Amino acid sequence: MDENIALIIEWVLKAVILAFGLITGFAYTTYYERKLLARIQIRIGPNRAGPFGLLQPAADGIKLFFKEELIPAQAYKFIFVIAPILTMVPALVILAVIPWGESFELFGRQIALSMADINVGVLYILSVASISVYGIVLAGWSSNNKYAMMGGLRSTAQMISYELALGLSFVGPLMLAGSMSMLDIVRAQQETAWYIFYQPLGALIFYIAMLAEVNRAPFDMPEAEQELAAGFHTEYSGMKFALFTMGEYVKMIAVSVIFSTLFLGGFDGPAIDRFVLLGPLYLVLKVAACLFVMIWVRATLPRLRYDRLMAFGWKLLLPAALFNIFITAVLILLFDLG
Amino acid sequence: MLINYWPIAILIAVSTFLAVAVVVFGHLIGPRRPSERKAAPYESGMEPIGPGTRRMPVRFYLVAVLFILFDIEVIFLFPWAVNFRNLGVFGLIEMFVFIVILLVGYVYAWKKGALEWE
Amino acid sequence: MTPDVILFLILAVVAIASALGMLLSKNAVYSALYLILNLATIAVFYLLLGAPFIAMVQVTVYAGAIMVLFLFVIMLLGAEQLRRARTLGWQQPVAVVLAVVLVAEATYIIFTKTSSLPDIEAAEAGFGSPQAIGELLFNQYLLPFEITSVLLLVAMIGAIVMTRDGKKKE
Repeated sequence: MDENIALIIEWVLKAVILAFGLITGFAYTTYYERKLLARIQIRIGPNRAGPFGLLQPAADGIKLFFKEELIPAQAYKFIFVIAPILTMVPALVILAVIPWGESFELFGRQIALSMADINVGVLYILSVASISVYGIVLAGWSSNNKYAMMGGLRSTAQMISYELALGLSFVGPLMLAGSMSMLDIVRAQQETAWYIFYQPLGALIFYIAMLAEVNRAPFDMPEAEQELAAGFHTEYSGMKFALFTMGEYVKMIAVSVIFSTLFLGGFDGPAIDRFVLLGPLYLVLKVAACLFVMIWVRATLPRLRYDRLMAFGWKLLLPAALFNIFITAVLILLFDLG
Repeated sequence: MLINYWPIAILIAVSTFLAVAVVVFGHLIGPRRPSERKAAPYESGMEPIGPGTRRMPVRFYLVAVLFILFDIEVIFLFPWAVNFRNLGVFGLIEMFVFIVILLVGYVYAWKKGALEWE
Repeated sequence: MTPDVILFLILAVVAIASALGMLLSKNAVYSALYLILNLATIAVFYLLLGAPFIAMVQVTVYAGAIMVLFLFVIMLLGAEQLRRARTLGWQQPVAVVLAVVLVAEATYIIFTKTSSLPDIEAAEAGFGSPQAIGELLFNQYLLPFEITSVLLLVAMIGAIVMTRDGKKKE
């Protein structure tokens, strides 16, 4: 029984650490983005709140808490209130299957550095991603507003279209590793090489599709204010609006973590076999690099027109991803790769 | 077996609790001075015209159908990819036939302009 | 009772309640949401049965993809605002009779036949894993698998034909 209680405490602690870690990550990703965008545009960025502006995210959060929340009179109130929650929760739980390192010993117990190592890890990620569209489509619908409705539908159609390319670019690493467990995929990369070297095209497709999946520039339709006001969250304000932003940034972090795990060796790095706890550090560094590229892309590329965006996903990314699978299969057969 | 999934359930519970707490806090702390104008749907400052939700283009339906079909293809690819080394050339031919049949539909959709967004 | 049985009972109540909610909601969007909850609960049933792969596919395809299509169709038609259709006429008594027959049938089987069911052996290690499913699917069940693609093809062409706008051809 003692063993069971210890196990439950371990799980709850891990869940709380992961959730709060992601929320802190969200806060500092906004700071990172603002600083970096400012640098790219030869500005300074936030520098008033705290040293180097480090308290800026906290200031933003506190401000939003004291904002008035409006609920439009014609909204479907219950759905309107739960839609931000439905956006936030999948973003927080999608990383449950990611390994942050091998297990280590603490208080005489083996602690695995992951929430759950399941043999269908990749499919878990895909299923949570497919659930995460509901928050957006419902937010758009329940607002009972033309902009919100159109924005919600457009974002949803965009997300499902790019989910295909995303799903197809999972297949390359799966073929190389021969397993759907994320831990096995990382271990296989430790034995051979990071999969970005075996799967350059797959990694590129994954990266582009993940930008579209989290509605980042140049695929940031919800922020196309010229045509859609603020898209699906036009009617939201206060903390409910903050939840959407939070969801968006947590998703950015989440897809970066998944990208790093699939293609950049996950927690792999120098001296990892001697110091297990370096794993989370390496993963965070890789995520920071991924986020850097995302922000850089945002600062550089103009937004795509909606018809171009859909055509790009269906006519280029989808066949390219299929082609990549075919090439990978042939190469594995010919050279016994990986 | 099932024990691997309990941490996920706990994580879902913790995340839901956090998200609900944020909404409740925002609701409690924020001021509330409602007025008729504030509760009106946002339409760039104009008087709202007609209902907020109206019939949507059929194109969204087509995208969703195509998505389901290709999503099923993706799902079939996963167990195939995991077993690929055992299946070998035979596996490649199997999946090639499967995908080519689906690609017939893809080419048809392309030719009929179902992938265009006007 | 073991934890598994308790979990099963809770899930059973959720599944039935959400199914009833789906049937009784006046707003079609709410019905769809209840159906999503129902399908997700069934995914957990699959997990309880030791079939994680099927459980995840259930969430991805049914609770994810297909329900997005349902929501799109509801929003497409503006169906959530339609008045409820008038009474179904002769269909209603027929439905009641059929429901009674179904319940009677189920009750009869539960009370007379369950004792004759064979004991279920514990699933072997690796049962329901992606590897095991792939092995079966791509060897033993190869033909059904290939035919699935024809089925998908038919669905795809059907959807395109149905949504094609006649006026566009000019």
